[in-house]
Amino acid sequence: MKSNKRLYILEFFMLAFLVVYLYPFVIVFINSAKDAFSVTQYPMRLPEKWSQLFVNMESIWTSRNVRYSSSFFSSLIITALSLVFVTIFPAMGAWVLVRTKTKTSQFIFLIFVAAMVIPFQIVMFPLVAWFRTVFQVTGLRLLRTYFGIVLAYLGFGLSLSVFVYHGFIKNIPFELEEASIIDGCKLPEVFFRIIFPLLTPVHATIGILHGMWIWNDFLLPLLVLGKGNRIQTLPLAVANFAGAYVKQWDLILTAILMAMIPVLILFFIAQKRIVKGMVAGSIK
Amino acid sequence: MNRFHRNNVTFWVFLAPVLFAFVMVVAIPFVIGGFYSFTDWNATARAGQGLKFVGLHNFTRSFQDPSFLYSFIITTIYTLVNVVVINVLAIVLALAVTSKLRFRNLYRMGFFVPYLIGGLILGYLWQFVFNNAIPAIGNALPFLSTLANPENLMLRHVDTSIIALVIVGSWQYAGYIMMIYVAAIEGVPTELYEAAQIDGASGWQKFRGITVPMIAQAFTITMFLTLVNSFKQFDVNYSLTAGGPATSFMGKSIYGTELLAMNIYKVAFVGNDLAAGQARAVVFFVVIVVFSLVQVSINKKKELEL
Repeated sequence: MKSNKRLYILEFFMLAFLVVYLYPFVIVFINSAKDAFSVTQYPMRLPEKWSQLFVNMESIWTSRNVRYSSSFFSSLIITALSLVFVTIFPAMGAWVLVRTKTKTSQFIFLIFVAAMVIPFQIVMFPLVAWFRTVFQVTGLRLLRTYFGIVLAYLGFGLSLSVFVYHGFIKNIPFELEEASIIDGCKLPEVFFRIIFPLLTPVHATIGILHGMWIWNDFLLPLLVLGKGNRIQTLPLAVANFAGAYVKQWDLILTAILMAMIPVLILFFIAQKRIVKGMVAGSIK
Repeated sequence: MNRFHRNNVTFWVFLAPVLFAFVMVVAIPFVIGGFYSFTDWNATARAGQGLKFVGLHNFTRSFQDPSFLYSFIITTIYTLVNVVVINVLAIVLALAVTSKLRFRNLYRMGFFVPYLIGGLILGYLWQFVFNNAIPAIGNALPFLSTLANPENLMLRHVDTSIIALVIVGSWQYAGYIMMIYVAAIEGVPTELYEAAQIDGASGWQKFRGITVPMIAQAFTITMFLTLVNSFKQFDVNYSLTAGGPATSFMGKSIYGTELLAMNIYKVAFVGNDLAAGQARAVVFFVVIVVFSLVQVSINKKKELEL
């Protein structure tokens, strides 16, 4: 009986704490439905008329600084393309690294794993200079293009991907591949027909882990895409807008709300999977 | 196995995309970056053209620059405080959400939500909370009227701004670290607790005697994650304080909340001193490598003990 009472008290405290913890999101929501005056005068009050929310959302949708729809689709394209590359290519690489037992193979794997400690800061300035040089020499545009930023995400994401795939593929029995080779499968077929489908749970983990990172990333797009580019991601758009209109809180908060909505919807659809993927990735 | 060995073509073809990306994005910039840090590289120089070798000059002048030293100090403080706050909060929450609470799944998901949103966006959100929402609470509640005083805004002073950075950083990260602890706690065999229950152990004894040693492995991971991620903090710094307010250090007027990542960025892109930025990035890299090596060696030691 006594422990029951304690459980109720704890329950109450946790509920209260959760409400306080998530209250900043409530603040964003209620203030996105206010005009410029009441947002700064009465930030804690409920909005007078909720229809203001749609007025604000429309201003953000059509704003030339945010260019919400185009930023949203740029973010989507960059994240989706990067995820395709950062799963398929590292899976292919990890497979041949596992199945080839040579010094070269071990060395390449070691280099990939060691590269995980490299912080973005040490390569970011030379990366920009190098991409510019590549353009001057070959005419291939890597700065301010989709190709360049997706290549950059493959480069920075592949170490973790190769490492995780490598660990998983090691435990797939080799007999499985041998059997299909005897049946007449070519090596690429063995990979794409037999191995790749077996990696589905790893694809999910990698996809979630890298997806969250790429969608929310700010510094890399800032450097590779630059400011004021036709292609801009949502975080760049928000930074651009909040920087340009420092005090227009009604619209800044609406922009924040609209930048959060896609991720929150995705989370409510697949919460268990997302949490599992992110935790699994960290433990490896 | 043999068949695979002979098939060198497949090996290189399958590795080609990752090798290409790795060389283009990581290897080459890493190597030229190391080289640039010993030259007089600046924003107008083109790669490999007319760079002069200056030895350790970039490093010595960085360590003589008050803004860099100051950034180093406050980044260390920020990191230490952040690591403690995040881990204490995460472990308390993890214990609560693995108990018999009725809404434990709601709490797990709820505390995780801030981690889903990027630091940049959260920084702007909290700027509004600190500058507008909190003073409004002070206006509404007489006994908290001190909050309404513009002098007491957290982002107005250097020390409270750093606390604000810790609040936002911990708020964002604690739910994620909590989930790692939850995974570890759920991995502890329930028989251990049942045996302790029969022996009449108290809740605290069970925590000290069973939970803590059983989740030691998770502890190394969370410490490392929080340490490195706090040390690398940039996004929240950029959007919440942008380095301000100003302060003075060693007789020079500098930004009061400029963490290392931001100091590196600003020196290079605002100050156009790419060589100095690169040298600082090298120092930054060395610190992170040391953290990583320590973590790996602790993990190894723990594995041997088990």
